[in-house]
Amino acid sequence: MQMVKNRWLKIGSEVLVLASLFTLVQYLIAANLLSQYLQINLTSMCINIILAVSLSLINGFTGQLSLGHAGFMAVGAYVAVIMTNMLDQPFIIGILAGCLAAALAGFIIGVPTLRLKGDYLAIATLAFGEIIRVTLQNIDYVNGPAGIMGIPKLTTWPWLFGGTVLTVLVIVNLVNSSYGRAIVSIREDEIASELMGINTTKYKVLAFVIGAMFAGLGGVLYAHYFYIIKPETFNFLKSFDILVMVVLGGLGSTTGAIIAAIFITAITAALQSFPAIRMILYALILIIVMIYRPQGLMGNKELSTKIFGRIWSGRNELNGNK
Amino acid sequence: MHEFTQQIVNGLSLGAIYALIALGYTMVYGIIKLINFAHGDIMMVGAFVGYFSLTLLGTNIFVAMVTAMLTCAVLGVLIEKIAYRPLRNSTRIAALITAIGVSLFLEYTVIFLLGPSQKVFPASAFPLKAYNVGGLSILNKDVFVFVSAVVLMLILQYIIKWTKTGKAMRAVSLDREAALLMGISVDKTISITFAIGSALAAAAGVMVGVYYNTVNPLMGIIPGLKAFVAAVLGGIGIIPGAMVGGFVMGILETMVSGYGNSLYRDAVAFGVLILILLIKPSGIFGEDTGEKV
Repeated sequence: MQMVKNRWLKIGSEVLVLASLFTLVQYLIAANLLSQYLQINLTSMCINIILAVSLSLINGFTGQLSLGHAGFMAVGAYVAVIMTNMLDQPFIIGILAGCLAAALAGFIIGVPTLRLKGDYLAIATLAFGEIIRVTLQNIDYVNGPAGIMGIPKLTTWPWLFGGTVLTVLVIVNLVNSSYGRAIVSIREDEIASELMGINTTKYKVLAFVIGAMFAGLGGVLYAHYFYIIKPETFNFLKSFDILVMVVLGGLGSTTGAIIAAIFITAITAALQSFPAIRMILYALILIIVMIYRPQGLMGNKELSTKIFGRIWSGRNELNGNK
Repeated sequence: MHEFTQQIVNGLSLGAIYALIALGYTMVYGIIKLINFAHGDIMMVGAFVGYFSLTLLGTNIFVAMVTAMLTCAVLGVLIEKIAYRPLRNSTRIAALITAIGVSLFLEYTVIFLLGPSQKVFPASAFPLKAYNVGGLSILNKDVFVFVSAVVLMLILQYIIKWTKTGKAMRAVSLDREAALLMGISVDKTISITFAIGSALAAAAGVMVGVYYNTVNPLMGIIPGLKAFVAAVLGGIGIIPGAMVGGFVMGILETMVSGYGNSLYRDAVAFGVLILILLIKPSGIFGEDTGEKV
């Protein structure tokens, strides 16, 4: 009974925190208390969280190094913009179409490439990401290298918040399910988990497709906030950006990825006028983290409400309550 | 048929450049099983050293090339000592991420120091001339690139096949621990491998400067990736494979630009990579090895 009660208490408190966060920002935006600059950074932050958490499912939990995440982002962004901007569909159709297209791209790319391992897989995904970009550059319907301008600004705070929460919820629950245990076992030892009867290809593709789908969601939200999309935006440096967040946060930690995404967005905003310094800093982060703490800052630990929960139950026991 | 032969001639010099870069990838992979992502950027540094040697010091193109090679040999050894050596016993993914970090570091340090704009390689260093051989037009820069690349490859073959250092390199790449037991200094051999590979990349960088007339801080990325494809095509870790792969990639790229859409030439390189990885990941000259638990 106690456990069930605690569980509901935990869910209840989480919902409460999220709802108040949402209402607070919504109020600040509605009352014009949040400057344009802060709003843009808030948007980038949410999009980066979506991208980092979805990549951390592939790189961190499944242990399959993918360097083509920006490619899936591009697929989602372009398909959604075609829906909303060119075919005049509502935003929700754009989101669904973008996510589905990105998931489909993830499936098409994942099935053949996930047979490869380690560095070969990294290079193949990098190559696929670049192929997506070059293909977009050569399609006249989406204006080739010039990209699409004048995209309506449909990404509002509720969409952004909903998208971020949905991504985190789905991925956290997936990782904690039996699917998640199979996925993590592939990271720990692929041959051993295959011997235990786990269909490794199936779970790798599953993780890859879900990761790609949420990268697509990130792309959709990005396109409908920043007015313009170009194939060049989604080159492999963008994939490396996302990789830096995942590596910094810890390979196999969702909260780590979220914290790192927030931190990196803040650094990016602070160093906006010095892009070269920002990239040098990223490079040093990658090298130093890998040499001194290859599991990332958080490792595979999660920052959770359990810590608070433990303090709570400790006090209850002291008072003699059961 | 005439145009076809002309395209092959054009492709040979580009292929020679790719082959030189691919050699560095293959040698490093052969010895420490690491894809040195920063290799293309070492080539870029080489191109810039060559550029400054030509413009600031006013040297001729051969001195510029040797200067670039020496500088980059030192750079390559330093990168290995600082970034890769501490990771020699960690996972391959950790090493790969570090290599990406080194690559970004080189690119953006150069941007920070010199600005992101491209610089024009001094034309006076290499006055263009066209020769007409049997109806084919051959530029002297193509001859320069091709001949110097072939000379460098012959020197490399000599080092690897006939010298003690080369023997040590082959031994370490075959079995590092056994080599260590035979009294070979593994650290020194790996350093020498990085020095040679980086020197070849620097030579390729100066050649790219001559070939395209411009240098810029991000010039290493795409040729680096294509050379990597060339190394995989030939069978990564196998030296003759890298040479063949380089020439195949160069000729293929000129063919695609010549007959098709030049915007697709980058996509073709990656398409080739995916095909090889799916059909025969060990490359043309590679042998399939079973997986051992």
